[in-house]
Amino acid sequence: MREVDIAIVGGGPAGLMAADAAATNGASVLLLERDGHLGGQLVKQTHKFFGSEKQYASVRGVKIATILEEKLQGMSDLVEIWTDATALGLYEDGVLTVEKGKEFVKIKPKRIIVATGASEKFLTFVNNDLPGIYGAGAVQTLMNVNGVRPGQRVLMVGAGNIGLIVSYQLLQAGVEVAAIIDAAPTIGGYLVHASKIRRAGVPIITSHTVTRAYGKEAVEGATIVALDEKWQPLPGTEQELDVDVICISVGLSPLAELLWQAGCEMRYVPQLGGHVPVRDHHLKTTVDEVYIAGDLTGIEEASSAMVEGRLAGLAAASSLGFKSDSLEADILDCKEQLKSLRSGPVGDHINQGMAQVMLDK
Amino acid sequence: MLRIEEHPILTFEKGKLVTFTFDGKELQGYEGDTIASALHAAGVKVMGHHHVSGRPRGFYCAIGNCGSCLMIVNGEPNIRVCVVPLEEGMVVETQNNRGDLL
Repeated sequence: MREVDIAIVGGGPAGLMAADAAATNGASVLLLERDGHLGGQLVKQTHKFFGSEKQYASVRGVKIATILEEKLQGMSDLVEIWTDATALGLYEDGVLTVEKGKEFVKIKPKRIIVATGASEKFLTFVNNDLPGIYGAGAVQTLMNVNGVRPGQRVLMVGAGNIGLIVSYQLLQAGVEVAAIIDAAPTIGGYLVHASKIRRAGVPIITSHTVTRAYGKEAVEGATIVALDEKWQPLPGTEQELDVDVICISVGLSPLAELLWQAGCEMRYVPQLGGHVPVRDHHLKTTVDEVYIAGDLTGIEEASSAMVEGRLAGLAAASSLGFKSDSLEADILDCKEQLKSLRSGPVGDHINQGMAQVMLDK
Repeated sequence: MLRIEEHPILTFEKGKLVTFTFDGKELQGYEGDTIASALHAAGVKVMGHHHVSGRPRGFYCAIGNCGSCLMIVNGEPNIRVCVVPLEEGMVVETQNNRGDLL
């Protein structure tokens, strides 16, 4: 059985930062990534980040992934990276099972940081299983990583930040966006993104939803309808859109299977995107050895995922006795950064959610 | 043509041309493609059919989460083609059943 101080599941923004923080304090780290490369969803984020310098503000996501990966490669005495390695199970005795390539491997880490991220939510409408209906993240991957357009004309469902950003990226890739619709009466995303889209001539239609997709083998069109104050369809307001892609951007839910299996206490918190683990201020779950970071703690942005990753890495290393002189100050710094990232109206929402799963007040 | 040729921020350096087959038909993609992105660029959206309803299936998440893009690759069923890199000579087939264990 393979032993290591800290195993980290997930090589996205949270996992990369956790590995860096833990190894910088002297802990040995094994970083597991199910994909063939590190970076998680950073690799398709071609927009510049917000936040402060510590969260790589004004650097494009794809570049942040490279910076973090290079940093870890410089610490190869302590950090081992496995790509094509999928964590399969996390057992009560603390054993983590992994499919590494075609090989089955058992690991016994002293601590484990789960940073598995999130998966895209879906929406109910007629023919919602037709090819040509893609998650917003899928469209980003296809365009920004593979350089392939999803189609000719897109209906974007969801006017949150992801829906707005992906719409803009569609325009950049030369794809027409027929409309962005959102069931809510107001635009969920930042106004700066919405304005950019509207200036480009794309209508953002609030209080509307998609009721049907058309097409035999793939999407050939969509029906949208207006919603009343109670979010019920208004008869007679149906419009048909000639599109070959329907892009679903209605949020994410945390990927927490490993935590369920490990016996971590979970709670359903709508503000955080679904079932999330109960945790303390150092991101330790109700299972002593298991820490968490990133979207699986609650859906936020990559900036907060990075800070949470650092915090979990510091805390996990510290619990094993790896303490640099600046440890306390570093932990405080993470908490301050999270506080600042969670200020404002969006932050209020997150904070309300966090209050429901925090062990220490 | 679905390949992005011009982009204000990104440059896509096309890798080596890769030849593969889809249901016996010869297609081409580039090194760096996933099987799904190569198929999509070649105009293939339907990757399989549901084993009971027979309804067409394409990819949904493109990051290996949802399992909507399962195909038979080099004879092996249930391959998530959205995360598997395209390789020269790959034999890719539509999957219309649950796939038999090897």
